[in-house]
Amino acid sequence: MATLAFTRHLDRYLDCPPQTVEAGTVADALALALEANPRLAGYLLDDQRRLRRNVAIFVDGRQIRDRRHLSDALDADSKIYVLQALSGG
Amino acid sequence: MKLKLYVGTRKGLFTVERTAMDEWRIEHPPAFLGEPVTMFLQDPRNGDRYAALNLGHFGVKLFRAASGGEEWREIAVPAYPVDTDGEGPSLLQIWELVPGGPAQPDRLWAGTIPGGLFRSDDRGDSWTLVESLWQRPEREFWFGGGYEAAGIHSICVHPGDSDRLSLAISCGGIWESDDGGANWQQTGKGLRAAFLPPEQAYEPVSQDPHRMVRCAAKPERLWVQHHNGIFRSDDGGRTFTEIEDVQPSVFGFAVAVHPHDPDIAWFVPGIKDQYRVPVDGRLVVTRTRDGGSSFEAIYEGLPDAPAYDLVYRHGLDVDASGDVLAFGSTTGGLWVSEDQGDSWRCLSAHLPPINLVRFTG
Repeated sequence: MATLAFTRHLDRYLDCPPQTVEAGTVADALALALEANPRLAGYLLDDQRRLRRNVAIFVDGRQIRDRRHLSDALDADSKIYVLQALSGG
Repeated sequence: MKLKLYVGTRKGLFTVERTAMDEWRIEHPPAFLGEPVTMFLQDPRNGDRYAALNLGHFGVKLFRAASGGEEWREIAVPAYPVDTDGEGPSLLQIWELVPGGPAQPDRLWAGTIPGGLFRSDDRGDSWTLVESLWQRPEREFWFGGGYEAAGIHSICVHPGDSDRLSLAISCGGIWESDDGGANWQQTGKGLRAAFLPPEQAYEPVSQDPHRMVRCAAKPERLWVQHHNGIFRSDDGGRTFTEIEDVQPSVFGFAVAVHPHDPDIAWFVPGIKDQYRVPVDGRLVVTRTRDGGSSFEAIYEGLPDAPAYDLVYRHGLDVDASGDVLAFGSTTGGLWVSEDQGDSWRCLSAHLPPINLVRFTG
């Protein structure tokens, strides 16, 4: 099972603990997480269901290549991290 | 009920309470500490409060607190319909939030960047894009004023006719509906944009009204602080008269109108276009008491130069009596007046950058 973890910054707004998912792609993994937690979608995706510009996803230490369709493949034990890009102010 | 002032800032929503005449207390820490608050509404019909946040990384959010309660609960946010190709717009900011009329107790209107007007009929639990305005062919000619896309920042509901709405758009001019938003017409004849080519200067769709307010007691009177200057309408926004030669400047973002006297209005001017700071670095409020025939520049209680405070569109407000005013600046200064603007008092010069001030109570 792959593991999916979210930036702790999201804890200010909603409950989204790390979870395990059985999924072949990042899109599948995220879909499972959002199905269980619909509010989370508004924090990660924009109105067109695109990954928000300042949200980054890493799989096994590498940033995903397909930000539009999240088609990057997962291994059975992949570790997925959903993070916010840093900004000032 | 004590008069309260809500101050939406880059780092949260502050509540300021008037504890006695000339005594104000800023409660802190603010609600939503660390978050940019772009809009606030206390619905006068039921006391519910709404706060719009722009979280940056995680998008725009809307919260509601029930009347008398302190708990903020996240509610639905206006969302643009999903395009089939996924290339459509997405909400960038809630820039205006107003209640519907007395006959529509659960209705709210939201103005947004990138230019969509949204309606809720359930106190913000769900929102619908007003397609009749969004699909107008003239929208092709709207453009951003200070932001990457056009935005609706002023929504004026007629107090005697809930179905009559006037909107101001930066940059898309002024629009009116007299049937609750089913149909729209471009109004604003007489607005002038000096920065456009001469043949375009009076084109209604190209205007950049920075802020528009309506007098509650005389709803046909609207005041506009436009990019190009100050304009007054006596026919509900259909036509405007330009008011020139206001010292020290006709440029600015904010305007407030006395709720009972349509001839009294206040402005916080600056140097136009690329500067956007007070003239000579000296903060000033200008006021007319005669419908714009003459203006006073009021410095009493405001800081000497250098004071480079800029006041944004929603950064000036007047209370329901018309006697108490407040404004807040992008450099975190907050001032109040309890004598219709004759004199001012600084409550803090050290708040986060201020987006808006709103009186309640």
